[in-house]
Amino acid sequence: MRALTWHGKHDVRVDTVDDPEIVNPRDAIIKITSTAICGSDLHLYDGYIPTMQAGDILGHEFMGEVVETGAKSTLRKGQRVVVPFTIACGACYHCGKQQYSACDNGNPADNQDIAQEMYGHPMSGLFGYSHMTGGYAGGQAEYVRVPFSDVGPIVIPDGIDDDKVLFLSDILPTGWQAAENAEIEPGDTVAVWGCGPVGLFSIQSAFLMGAGRVIAIDHFPHRLELAKRFGAETINYEETKTYEALMEMTGGIGPDACIDAVGLEAHGFFVDNVIDQIKASTFLATDRTHSIRQAIIACRKGGRVSMPAVYGGFVDKFPLGALMEKGLTLKTGQTHVQRYLPGLLNAIVEEKIDTTFLISHRLPLEQAADGYRMFHDKQDEVTKVVLKPGLDRVAA
Amino acid sequence: MTDARTAQTRDDAPLTTSKRSGVADEAVAALVEPKGDALIGRSVTINRRPGELYAFWRDFTNLASFMENVERVEVIDDKRSHWVVKAPGGRSVEWDSVITEEREGEFIAWASTEDADVSNAGRIDFRDAGERGTVVTATLVYDPPAGVVGKIVAKLFQREPAIQARRDLRRFKQLMEAGEVATAARTTKQLEEEQA
Repeated sequence: MRALTWHGKHDVRVDTVDDPEIVNPRDAIIKITSTAICGSDLHLYDGYIPTMQAGDILGHEFMGEVVETGAKSTLRKGQRVVVPFTIACGACYHCGKQQYSACDNGNPADNQDIAQEMYGHPMSGLFGYSHMTGGYAGGQAEYVRVPFSDVGPIVIPDGIDDDKVLFLSDILPTGWQAAENAEIEPGDTVAVWGCGPVGLFSIQSAFLMGAGRVIAIDHFPHRLELAKRFGAETINYEETKTYEALMEMTGGIGPDACIDAVGLEAHGFFVDNVIDQIKASTFLATDRTHSIRQAIIACRKGGRVSMPAVYGGFVDKFPLGALMEKGLTLKTGQTHVQRYLPGLLNAIVEEKIDTTFLISHRLPLEQAADGYRMFHDKQDEVTKVVLKPGLDRVAA
Repeated sequence: MTDARTAQTRDDAPLTTSKRSGVADEAVAALVEPKGDALIGRSVTINRRPGELYAFWRDFTNLASFMENVERVEVIDDKRSHWVVKAPGGRSVEWDSVITEEREGEFIAWASTEDADVSNAGRIDFRDAGERGTVVTATLVYDPPAGVVGKIVAKLFQREPAIQARRDLRRFKQLMEAGEVATAARTTKQLEEEQA
């Protein structure tokens, strides 16, 4: 089959590789119909994530048709499914508490050593996201092997387009969990750093959860426009002093809840950010974390900070004092995708949530490398690239 | 063999987590049948009842399904079994093992017989952890093949018993909870290569 493979920093290629097979009883093989490039794939593309190996197949946002099932899979051939990016067994203590991204068993035993050493505990497996999270082949391919297919994938009813449900695989539940972690109370003012897909979905979710106001912070005009479309007020941090603006817009109180949907590749030429960048490029790698610092400083006393953004390592100058002295609550984590799927699918079917606005580009799988380059270089206009294995070539 | 957790120590932590040198000697001294100079211990909580886990483990022929280095275990009689274990350099080591003590649903202790290639003794405890399931603790004492050199060679091949024990317990947990051992292999050929 054809698949998008990683070969190093800014080097991804569509190669021919072996087709996947049923390996374990709970497996299913999915024929991919739609698969997206995620903002966090750019962390791999930029070489920020350790434990990648040449030839790794990327992609953790995908859906398709069931073409083969193992003896213990509950799926049937021909069903259309969206697959969560977190690989969870459904049987361990954490899965029992619906903490699917903390699943004890989704990550192969040998690969668990890496995260155990780095973080103290291994986390669940993830599709197409380095060997620390299992070394599983991703879904930017014609076919993918899905382990634990009886607990992960959600079956999509007939008549609902791929474009409407594809983002159930990651970014929609991630935006939803981000808003849930912000513990929004009716009438709250919520500030959201980053108007990429997760930021935009967390804005939608925050309003659905009763937020009175949402203030969105970014520097890409098109993304801020999208935020406005959902009713958010906006701050362009290239033109405006973010902390000062947030304080003035909230009468000196600060936002009740702050969501950092930017993560470890925060742009912006702030002094701390530049230092982080120098360290990263000289392999003193600390994460680049301006947005989370700002969120903590801006958040009102006793407020909540939610961090869906992906961080992998260590930070300098983390405002631990502000976190403590102001009595903030910080909630974070990889998304427990499986927990949110039924509710969010329902919201899509009932047309309470529409995610199709996000898709700016549709490309055939063969042009996946172009998709990465475009997404990386033109983040303002390229909000989301969806790859479709069957599609004819388009001018990129 | 006594439980290493109850051996003399300064705090309440298991002896296998001590920073002090010489703990292996202490542990060995506490054994009924001293069998080695290296001590390892690992605990894992498994979301199943102690009786179920004990029963699976007590049928030693099952152990090869999650112990990566164990080629096979043949049951000789109720107390005795024959172990064939992969060693560095494509070789294998073999020994007979005898159950020295056991209590149904709670623990099994064993020791290799005198003529073993790798002299070893061990114990597996299954402690009821209520709603969390069962805390499974494996404690092993062994003589590395060819002493210090053997241990370095073993490390190079990632056959070092401390790493192996942790991984094997994770696989045991996966098999018991999820019903299968997780793998990222995409094809059966890849899986076979991983298991080789």
